[in-house]
Amino acid sequence: MDEESFSAEEHAYARWLDLGTRVGFAILIGSFLAYALGLVPPHVPVEELAKVWTLPVDQYRAAVGAPAGWGWLRLAAHGDYLNYFAIAFLALVTALCYLRILPRLAARNDRIYAWIAALEIVVLVAAAAGIAGAPH
Amino acid sequence: MQRGFSLDAVPWWIWPVALFAVSFVIGIIGVLAGVGGGVLFVPIVGGFFPFHLDFVRAAGLLLALTGALSAAPRLLRARMASLRIAMPLALIGSITSIAGAWIGLALPTHVAQMALGATILAIALLMLLAEKSEFPEVPAQDRLSRKLGLSGTFHDPATGRDHDWRIHRTPHGLFAFAGIGLLAGMFGLGAGWANVPALNLLMGVPLKLAVGTSGLVLSVIDTSAAWVYINQGAVLPILVAPSIAGVMLGAKIGARLLRVVRAGTVRRIVVALLLAAGARALLKGTGVWS
Repeated sequence: MDEESFSAEEHAYARWLDLGTRVGFAILIGSFLAYALGLVPPHVPVEELAKVWTLPVDQYRAAVGAPAGWGWLRLAAHGDYLNYFAIAFLALVTALCYLRILPRLAARNDRIYAWIAALEIVVLVAAAAGIAGAPH
Repeated sequence: MQRGFSLDAVPWWIWPVALFAVSFVIGIIGVLAGVGGGVLFVPIVGGFFPFHLDFVRAAGLLLALTGALSAAPRLLRARMASLRIAMPLALIGSITSIAGAWIGLALPTHVAQMALGATILAIALLMLLAEKSEFPEVPAQDRLSRKLGLSGTFHDPATGRDHDWRIHRTPHGLFAFAGIGLLAGMFGLGAGWANVPALNLLMGVPLKLAVGTSGLVLSVIDTSAAWVYINQGAVLPILVAPSIAGVMLGAKIGARLLRVVRAGTVRRIVVALLLAAGARALLKGTGVWS
């Protein structure tokens, strides 16, 4: 199997990537405008934020009571954390694209690439789930 | 005694406005020099803005990620990027980029600053010295390349001609992308500066296909590392959103200027910017110029 026989997967990947990126950008613009225009009050007021954005992230979290991992979902009603929906969505798009092409690769018995796609999904999901979290 | 200028005295709203302006210029220059935005964004914003490096690296990754995500569908449809080449390299790179992000966040800030400075200076040197080959000579495919089916035909829309391509030194390429992923995660740099030479000069991918595939690999590598920073809460919307908007807008202007601006001149400007930003990061890390 070579590059030529791969074009169906590339088109499927491109279609999902295109759609996912557009949706992600739309959410990002909407959520940032809501935050910047003060339509949705933030968890950390901007004047306060300016005093702590010089700190390392662990000290910043402690100073403002910011969550780690998916804890931002609890604060999603606040303008600043509303933006995390867009960021998280954009960071999930690649895994969704791999999920889209995995059954196609398996169906045409392209075992090596099906395994690569499956492993990539595992890596991305592990990263998203915070299994590969960082120390501080 | 009255001390000199203090960043604390600057009203907060100046910073997102300045970020937008700087990112806009980075977007223009990045497209003209073909380096993407992340490699310029992190040392410049990390060196001259008040945000902690943790937040700047997260923003740099998201900046590079959004740029790569928005360009990849068009490149794939035009067959200017190869998913088949990208997938194995991206898998290795995404694993090491997570490790890189993990290391980057664990390092003391001054050590991370010094390492960033040294890396940026090395990138500037690489940009000065690296050559390019439009259609590299590949005498024979290696075993892994044959097994992965890494060969095909590339249609160059500029000339209207088809070019057969095949890949060699695949294990070396995988090793190179392991290192690229590590650096991308550690410093929040987009990795186009390293992807293209690795694909083109090391593995023998035709230059235009290497440039397109680089973006696709970058979108996967940066996604994995970005999750580490997201899960640490290192994403500040007030830093990320103006930067993404500025770079995207600048990139559109840059694409229009491509025909009229001399690429060599822009490349020299980028090297000069990298040298200045790399030196600044080194001096900040060593405490000479905090």
